[in-house]
Amino acid sequence: MIALEARSVDKTYGSGTNQVKAIDDVSFGVEKGEFVALVGPSGSGKTTMLAMLAGLLEPTSGSVLIEGEDLGKMGEAQRSRFRRRRIGFTFQANNLVSYLTALENVELMLRLTGQYNAANRKRARRLLEMLGLEERMVALPRELSGGQQQRVAIARSLINNPAVVLADEPTASLDTERAYQVVETMAHLVHEQGRAGIIVTHDLRMVEYTDRIVHLLDGRLERIVSPDDDLSCLADPASCQMISDDVLGADGEKVAATVS
Amino acid sequence: MSTSFHLSWKEIWRNRGRFLLFSLVIALITLLILFIAALGEGLGAGNREYIEKLNAELIVYQDTAQLSIASSRLGCETRNAVQGVNGVADVGAIGFSSVAIQQARGSEDLDISLIGVEPGKPGEPPVVEGQALERRSANEALIDGMIAEVTGLQVGDRFNIRSPQGGEEEFYMLKVIGVTESQMYGIRPSIFVPIVKWDEIRPKAAPGRGAEDPACNVAAVKLQAPTEIDAMRQRLVAQVRDIDAVDLETAYQNTPGYSAQQTTLNTQNAFALLIGLLVIGGFFQIQTLQKVPQIGMLKAIGTPNGVIALSSLIQIVIVNVLGVLIGALVTFGLSLIFPPGIPLVFEPTSATTAIGSILVIGPLGGLVSVRLSLRVEPLIALGLGG
Repeated sequence: MIALEARSVDKTYGSGTNQVKAIDDVSFGVEKGEFVALVGPSGSGKTTMLAMLAGLLEPTSGSVLIEGEDLGKMGEAQRSRFRRRRIGFTFQANNLVSYLTALENVELMLRLTGQYNAANRKRARRLLEMLGLEERMVALPRELSGGQQQRVAIARSLINNPAVVLADEPTASLDTERAYQVVETMAHLVHEQGRAGIIVTHDLRMVEYTDRIVHLLDGRLERIVSPDDDLSCLADPASCQMISDDVLGADGEKVAATVS
Repeated sequence: MSTSFHLSWKEIWRNRGRFLLFSLVIALITLLILFIAALGEGLGAGNREYIEKLNAELIVYQDTAQLSIASSRLGCETRNAVQGVNGVADVGAIGFSSVAIQQARGSEDLDISLIGVEPGKPGEPPVVEGQALERRSANEALIDGMIAEVTGLQVGDRFNIRSPQGGEEEFYMLKVIGVTESQMYGIRPSIFVPIVKWDEIRPKAAPGRGAEDPACNVAAVKLQAPTEIDAMRQRLVAQVRDIDAVDLETAYQNTPGYSAQQTTLNTQNAFALLIGLLVIGGFFQIQTLQKVPQIGMLKAIGTPNGVIALSSLIQIVIVNVLGVLIGALVTFGLSLIFPPGIPLVFEPTSATTAIGSILVIGPLGGLVSVRLSLRVEPLIALGLGG
């Protein structure tokens, strides 16, 4: 079942001769329990795409649907409410509130959604324990390593049982070992809890934990491949022009039409 | 509300050193503002206290004196004419001058206002201890509570007044027969003597004993109908030649330097409040600028603007209230140890107004930072926007 869907999404900045097309007619879908990597070189539009998937940025045309609800039809306050209830977010940096402990950071989402009660607080603790942070619950972000901070952010992104979990370069500031741990943990929880997960990364080593790879190039959907495919085309787009049909999601036809 | 309070309180508590330091800055501003208010009240009271407490409704001046007590001279005939106006209950002559009380060896002489009054007439203050003046020219005096406190003089004690007469310093011994409550005039404590004795003691360009029926500076007029001040004022001016009559407030506002002094202190107070506004605004503005990425992240995860704004506002109020509380307590502590001669009066109304002003300027100063936090784009969390 499709949890998140981008339909012919365009994003243009500026006007006239200064017009820049950051995203050009991108469509794809992510199913529940599916973990998708959004990859591409710098400037390919990954983060812009993620911002539109999260409802932080409005597409110039096209639409983004989460569980069938069109984010473009919501007002700003409604989108904000939708984000805190239905979208989990992990960022590259400044992920946590600096003056809240690890546990309080996770519980913040419960407070914001009016679900701060004993049962959910227990769930927050369990989630942190599951992420190996049982000893660090009362530590402030500055007392945590980069990897631990990202794991707290992952816990926060999942505590509200969101439909969609989005991560923007969560491994950018981590060493390889911690980066693998973070992505593996995310992938595990997305699969186990049946969320639709999208991770933006420029590090192709991280895609091995994902189910599909959406490759953006110059704002266009270049191809969708499986981590098991030959990924050399992602590093060198000219060497690989084919889309792997067997990894298309439920919206496969549309994607194929867009990319071909 | 609870999430906003949670966020603001956690931030304050986890950065308590920084916020306490800032509260201390607010405390210093509070201290400054309260002291300026107390100084204004003290100096104001020092100038107007005697006139403000007069048991009369109007003060009569010589018309050419332009409401300057020192320049005004009223003779016996004028006072009698005022007394004869219909609606006047009683009239008392008052004379003002400055002399000094000679103190024990080693102590500096105490500058005081020597006020001549007619025993039993308007102008003579009520005593809180001892007895009122009775005889027109006796060597007897009432001293105000401040003099009693500073010099230790009590009813029955005698003391010397030093007063220049011509080129010489003359000394006059007086006996304390009563103590009044504080009756400052001209930023000095006062002693009250019969008007004839006053005319004898007051500093003069040439030595002389004083007149049997001396001229005074002004006359205090008690009305039969105290509510008809304006009508009576007009009637007096119309019926008695060469006089001017004003109510007590106008009288003390026209004492030398009173209005200029109050304006100066009020300006100082306004500037102190403005500085407070800028300091508080600046601190929270810098604090918010430092938190822009974090605010962006909070918005990106769906934190409503209302929670963020309220959280900032609650934080400003907590820090401000704490600062004002510390400042008020320190001011109160200091007020207890100040010697009585210093013109600082912590009057509840002006202190409350000052504290209220600081409590208002805190959130006002912080509004700029609240506005800034509301304008932060959630896209900042993704490194987009700005």
